[in-house]
Amino acid sequence: MSIIFGVIEEGLVYAIMALGVYITYKILDFPDLSVDGTFPLGGAITAVLVLAGVNPLIALLLAFIAGALAGCITGIIHVKLKVRDLLSGIIVMTALYSVNLRLVGKSNVAFFNSDSIFENPFINKIMPQGLSEVSVIAILVVIVLIVKILLDLFLKTRSGYLLRAVGDNETLVTSLAKDKGTVKILGLSIANGLAALAGSVYCQQNGFFDISMGTGTIVIGLANVIIGTKLLKRFGAIKATTAVIVGSIVYKACVSLAIFFGMEASDLRIITSALFLGILVISNGREKKVKNHA
Amino acid sequence: MLELRNINKYYNHGTVNEMCLFENFKLTIENQQFVSVVGSNGSGKTSLLNIICGSIPLDSGSIQINGTDISNMPEHKRLRRIGRVYQNPSVGTCPNMTILENMAIADTKGKPFNLLPGTNKSRIDFYRDQLRSLGLGLEDKMHIKVGVLSGGQRQAMALLMSTMTPIEFLILDEHTAALDPKTAEIIMELTDQIVKEKQLTTIMVTHNLRYAVEYGNRLLMMHQGNAVIDKANDEKSSLNIEYILEKFNEISIECGN
Repeated sequence: MSIIFGVIEEGLVYAIMALGVYITYKILDFPDLSVDGTFPLGGAITAVLVLAGVNPLIALLLAFIAGALAGCITGIIHVKLKVRDLLSGIIVMTALYSVNLRLVGKSNVAFFNSDSIFENPFINKIMPQGLSEVSVIAILVVIVLIVKILLDLFLKTRSGYLLRAVGDNETLVTSLAKDKGTVKILGLSIANGLAALAGSVYCQQNGFFDISMGTGTIVIGLANVIIGTKLLKRFGAIKATTAVIVGSIVYKACVSLAIFFGMEASDLRIITSALFLGILVISNGREKKVKNHA
Repeated sequence: MLELRNINKYYNHGTVNEMCLFENFKLTIENQQFVSVVGSNGSGKTSLLNIICGSIPLDSGSIQINGTDISNMPEHKRLRRIGRVYQNPSVGTCPNMTILENMAIADTKGKPFNLLPGTNKSRIDFYRDQLRSLGLGLEDKMHIKVGVLSGGQRQAMALLMSTMTPIEFLILDEHTAALDPKTAEIIMELTDQIVKEKQLTTIMVTHNLRYAVEYGNRLLMMHQGNAVIDKANDEKSSLNIEYILEKFNEISIECGN
């Protein structure tokens, strides 16, 4: 039972980040590696703020803003300095490693005893003892739903339309008298804001920050997005954002299954990569088949 | 009024492959003129459009719209008052957005792209009427993605979308070239109708000499960066396709085509 709870919990945390990756990868068609740096950035900021006694909700907000700023920098490097998309992300990701170390001052820090969005006097009062796992999931569901609904609403605004258009057809955005570069920067900001938000939630849930927590974030994010969208594509009516959230939980379940069947926790990254590779190959194969039939 | 003054444009400037495209090129287009531009490949037709829109930079010279110099304005700012339809039908629309969303986003041109709803519900009837005027039945499938439409349907939408908001110039870059003859005819008639209705100043590049003679009130034939034929109004009306074809063959033979 606790394994299932663990899967859902982690799946939901990474779903927040995957919704960001959905913006860059699916909407903007931009392979953005900066999330490997912005996910732990959110954690670093949270560690510093929570240890200083700041309200954990404020820490969430500030983590989002910091992530958005970092995403903005990736965008500026790509758009204004004309560096290739992949490299812009790598530059920011690498720089953020040092930024995160500087922020926290050491490579890991624990803050189990500080208040978090999961453990604070208010939650402890309304939630009966012994139901802590349920309350964690309930809080995570609320956060994920808020992010998902806001994102869905945003994609239906004029600005959201423009964001979708820039990934779809850049020339049209220019024809609409809009600077496509600015739109990309906006998309990268939102995406990395969400990645940092996820990092903040992750750290608050685990009660510690570790400098290596970001390694492989982009692979997890891409896997979540691709599993979700491929798996639920046949159910046409399901929103892509919903699919990404489902994909995140399914992916986490696959990883847990691998560990359950005897893989070591230290094999986590290779499981992550192998699963991702498998998904890519399977989804490619299926597309080819469809094309051959057409 | 659009004025091109002393335009100079070289490709590969300063290398052995240097190619002069325009040397001291001048062109003035009066308001509400509909100019058809013909010429062989490499004669500078599309480059002319790209220079006007700012898609490629100038080496020297100036471009003015109604007296305002736009030579240094970035492309997206110039397109504020220019509508452009491309040869490739998929460039004028967003394939992964629905017909309705495409219409709505085109309608937002010139307005702030803020957090208001992307589709203004009170405009849907207007979009439907616009689509109905195309006569392609698109008004009944406003919620399907544009990516599944045919090239002709997409080009008709692109034309509608680029002229939906108030613009001063319409730039047509071989916009019927990728279509079958029947569809090309429909798109061309639609173009003429929209241009007349909205009284747009229009520049149309085409390889179809018949369209160039039939439509518009001025005809330019470009050759090696110069206009070898430039006839407007009555002079243009008296042109016949044989004369144009003869002239066209003449310049083509010169080039060894």
